[in-house]
Amino acid sequence: MKLHEYQSKQIFSRYGIPIPRGRVAATAGEARHIAEELGGRVVVKAQVLVGGRGKAGGVKVAKDPTEAELLATQILSMDIKGLPVRKVLVDEAAAIEQEIYLGITNDRAAKKPVIMCSAAGGVDIEEVARVSPEKIIKVHVNPLLGIKDYQTRDIAAGIDLPREYWKSFGDILKGLWQAFEDNDATLAEINPLIISKDKRLIALDGKMLIDDNALFRHPDLSEMRDTDEDAPSEVEARKYGLTFIKLDGNVGCMVNGAGLAMATMDILKFFGGAPANFLDIGGGAGAEKVAAAMRIILADPNVKAILINIFGGITRCDEVAKGLITAMEEVRPNVPMVVRLVGTNAEEGRAMLANASMITAETLAEAAQKAVAAAKGA
Amino acid sequence: MSILVNKNTRLLVQGITGSEGLFHTRQMVAYGTNVVAGVTPGKGGQWVDDRIPVFDSVKIAVEATGANTSVIFVPARFAADSIFEAADAGIPFIVCITEGIPVSDMMRVRNYIDLKGVRLLGPNCPGLLTPGEAKVGIIPGNIAIPGNVGIVSRSGTLTYEVLYALKQRGMGASTCVGIGGDPVNGTNHIDVLQMFEDDPQTDKVVMIGEIGGTDEEKAAEFIATKMTKPVVGFIAGQTAPPGKRMGHAGAIVEGGEGTADAKIKALEAAGVKVAKHPEEIPLLLQ
Repeated sequence: MKLHEYQSKQIFSRYGIPIPRGRVAATAGEARHIAEELGGRVVVKAQVLVGGRGKAGGVKVAKDPTEAELLATQILSMDIKGLPVRKVLVDEAAAIEQEIYLGITNDRAAKKPVIMCSAAGGVDIEEVARVSPEKIIKVHVNPLLGIKDYQTRDIAAGIDLPREYWKSFGDILKGLWQAFEDNDATLAEINPLIISKDKRLIALDGKMLIDDNALFRHPDLSEMRDTDEDAPSEVEARKYGLTFIKLDGNVGCMVNGAGLAMATMDILKFFGGAPANFLDIGGGAGAEKVAAAMRIILADPNVKAILINIFGGITRCDEVAKGLITAMEEVRPNVPMVVRLVGTNAEEGRAMLANASMITAETLAEAAQKAVAAAKGA
Repeated sequence: MSILVNKNTRLLVQGITGSEGLFHTRQMVAYGTNVVAGVTPGKGGQWVDDRIPVFDSVKIAVEATGANTSVIFVPARFAADSIFEAADAGIPFIVCITEGIPVSDMMRVRNYIDLKGVRLLGPNCPGLLTPGEAKVGIIPGNIAIPGNVGIVSRSGTLTYEVLYALKQRGMGASTCVGIGGDPVNGTNHIDVLQMFEDDPQTDKVVMIGEIGGTDEEKAAEFIATKMTKPVVGFIAGQTAPPGKRMGHAGAIVEGGEGTADAKIKALEAAGVKVAKHPEEIPLLLQ
């Protein structure tokens, strides 16, 4: 789950990381009001869950409240990479001397969190990572021990940070580590962490990603979820415990198991088709879940055929068949369906579907070919 | 011979009285697996089906029954604790079926068990099956027959698909090992490939990978330099868009890393025959 900049910075602030004064606004009038409170120059920043906001024109400096209102009006009417801007953050403007990149993420190969830091921070950090990766230093943290003071000094020295900042940099890095660890983040990033003209370190921007699997122990973070960026079908699927990802093709897929679901999409492509979605109904799915899955697939007008591939293990094929029959009575699909049931109670399942006017298949290859043909014929 | 589990496995089931744990315990017993004990805190003294004693802790269960392998079915929020408990009780091989464990928990688990020299399979995996001898986990027993093909996979049902396709052609498995679809797990492809290389009953190997991470690329290097037995591969996720997590927490293409194309190229460069789809695997093994 992604958090907005303002949410991330509020969390950072709780861990003693200095952030600019500022608040979030949903209207231009509110933005003006905040700018009046702050006084002086302010930055108006689009709050959308994609990168590259600044380059898209979603971050602007205003010299007074009137200009802040004008800029907020413009930014609140923008779409950035397809996402409408619904909120802006109004922060006091900072005088920047240097921009540092500081982030913590999980290194799956090393099985440890890794701190990344660079003196070449700012909007071009991805370019730095690509062209001169040696400018980014990486230090792993043992998750059983947590971050150690010497590591913060090593990193400060590694980016040639003047010694006068080492103490405050160390406090910020330890705060960021604690924010990362306490909130089950998979990314906690400050870019840029600036040295201001008045010689202070300030987190101008912030970004956090939270591990979805850990949200059960963070009800406060769950409430922050902004579903604007997700396709409505993906939000609906989440409610039923289904994993659904919309794609651009025309063959709807319903499969049990993530690996098999991907393999089923791939084989459709191999035989000249294109999957309309990834959909994993999970292990042990009952009739109700299957019916929900069918409704979600059929809500996509691009779908010209549906391929249902179930390998029964924990999942019982007769339960799946029951769900399919329920769903068909409810939504009356007008596209052809190809069904392949193998494994636990497959024969019972097939018998239940015998009168349901579906195309059946024995092997995965046969099922995929029939689904591709059906989509082309429909 | 086989790897990791066989007739001598003395299995302990953590979470044995839960609905999943109980269902699969019965399946494992029916298959002939030697299930010697179960653990559910607070239910010590009970019996499952009048034949498997239930204990309050892994330590007591190990002392009473000599269990040497544990399989974990407890819910995600308690699963890391169960792995720590099994490791501290001296179980040398732990299989964790549970899906959805927070990655921070798994980082701590992995760093801890590495210190203790304990082997973990999973989490978020179907377990493993040595056909005709022992089934530890949830792989349906009836879809595989004994044979000389070793199988290692990141997937669950996709693995069943492959076992079933092999059986249809009269081909059997020495051991089938599901390493799981999480970004941080215990045993990886290379660990299992090494075991198959050393196992006299295994003549050929099937490796099933998916998008995300770099395990398959590292396995390709291992196969090229350390393996003498032929390997057939399959990689799922060629049609997966970048930045989207394809169900498994580990199956995501990020920062240009972990694409199906890169993995397939690495495997082919290592001399691995890569199947276009799962049902092609038996043909490439012949």
